[in-house]
Amino acid sequence: MDDERHVDGNALAGVFHDVFGREMTHESGCCSECGAANLLGAARVYRAAGDVLRCPDCGSVLMVIVPDASGMRVSFGSMRWLRLSMSNARE
Amino acid sequence: MAGAALPGRLNWLIAKVGDIAEETDRVRSIVLDCPGWPGHLPGQHIDIRLTAEDGYQAQRSYSISAPADGEQVVITVELVDDGEVSPFLIEDLRVGDQIEIRGPIGGYFVWEPSRGGPLQLIGGGSGVAPLMAMLRARVRTGSDVPVRYLSSARSFDDLIYRLELESILSEGEEVEVLHTLTRSQPPDWTGLTGRVNREMLARHVWPTSTRPLCYVCGPTGFVETVATTLVTLGHEPGRIKTERFGPTK
Amino acid sequence: MTFITRGFRGRREVDVPADRVPPGQYVTSDFPVLSAGPTPRIPLEQWRFTITDSLRSERSWTWTEFMALPAKTVTVDIHCVTKWSKLDTSWEGVSLDTMLADFTDHANGHGLFQSYGGYTTNLPLEDIIGGKAWIAFKYDGQPLDPEHGGPARLLVPHLYFWKSAKWVNGVTLSDSDRPGFWESYGYHNYGDPWREQRYQGD
Repeated sequence: MDDERHVDGNALAGVFHDVFGREMTHESGCCSECGAANLLGAARVYRAAGDVLRCPDCGSVLMVIVPDASGMRVSFGSMRWLRLSMSNARE
Repeated sequence: MAGAALPGRLNWLIAKVGDIAEETDRVRSIVLDCPGWPGHLPGQHIDIRLTAEDGYQAQRSYSISAPADGEQVVITVELVDDGEVSPFLIEDLRVGDQIEIRGPIGGYFVWEPSRGGPLQLIGGGSGVAPLMAMLRARVRTGSDVPVRYLSSARSFDDLIYRLELESILSEGEEVEVLHTLTRSQPPDWTGLTGRVNREMLARHVWPTSTRPLCYVCGPTGFVETVATTLVTLGHEPGRIKTERFGPTK
Repeated sequence: MTFITRGFRGRREVDVPADRVPPGQYVTSDFPVLSAGPTPRIPLEQWRFTITDSLRSERSWTWTEFMALPAKTVTVDIHCVTKWSKLDTSWEGVSLDTMLADFTDHANGHGLFQSYGGYTTNLPLEDIIGGKAWIAFKYDGQPLDPEHGGPARLLVPHLYFWKSAKWVNGVTLSDSDRPGFWESYGYHNYGDPWREQRYQGD
């Protein structure tokens, strides 16, 4: 199936800053459908009425970010966990 | 793996256009002077936001094509037919104009010399922009990481950064540059021909035994083909980073 | 105070009759492709459209059977919640009135439309009968492109266009209302562009 309409999680790096207040593309999430853990930057992203992050392994919806008039709503569809690194030091 | 630092909220800054360089007839590099710019890592991008007088806004992301240099941010923009933002940036923007930008953004598609290599850069069309930031960083810092750079363009006149790449090569750096032209080639062309395919990657990418760090950027279809083929050839998926632009229109 | 960018206008059409543009929308001559997932590719010989009601009765059409139904060409304005509107778009499709002819017991019911690829959207039955909705298989005189929902998509122009589900393959009728994809992720359950019902809570 050829599918050229998606982008990477990188493309949402700015949106992640708006929502999470920090860099997120090198953080990982685990898919509850197939169990694969991947960096958010590697997710397949479809940008439509909202931003849909899909598991790069099985295509399940990991996260959906929808703006509204005064905020942004984040839904965690099939994301079993999201891990946030907590270092203050530069690596 | 931090950006400039782990920032709090990203704020919109006002940057002034310092210079506009014509890379090809459809591609410009725009040099922005941005007071308050915190610096950036090679591979990161900026968001730009354009606002019309009636409040209508459009926002796009552009990779930064040069390494950090004080308050200067360089982006390389390709004209998209029927686009909304690129025609403005390429046809209307003037030196001295101001635009809103925020960044640096993106920690995933980043390379710094400290990460080592060997480094394999593969870019389709204007996908070479963030790769050029990486290559320029490698050269500017005097790093000794060996680099192979493969770019794909439609024709000779569509090659971006060609002269600068030649000048890097002539300085005797351990950098190999290959271009493949997919639609037309000049009569005396000695480079590669045709779309990037398995045979070309098998022949010209660092051998798998060297465990290269691979960065692939360009239209989604191009990146899909290249990244999948690299894995088929035996490269480690965890050492391949991609940045897909979306469809070619 | 918003920073205005000198000389930027965007690609909107500006000479349009105001009474055709819902609040907050801009008219475009493009036809943007916005999808929540990969484009499914459905061979026509495998395509089915199935209506299921709350009593579990089913009625299914193959592509050949669907093509044998009476179809009409309609010209409508469409409005996407991402703020673009496109005027005078031409579609050919089979009216939901035709397809629902055997399911007449649900004056106050709800329909949850399903699509190949997993997309769903919910609509009150009232909003898809009475000449308000079609299963469209042609756009602008040509077979509907997969990127725009082909082989067939739902067309419900009086609501935001996320309700016009691409790649539609069926509808489940029920007395209860279940939110579809975008409705469950924060968009409005009904979606009337003239009342600017974009988001949950509007």
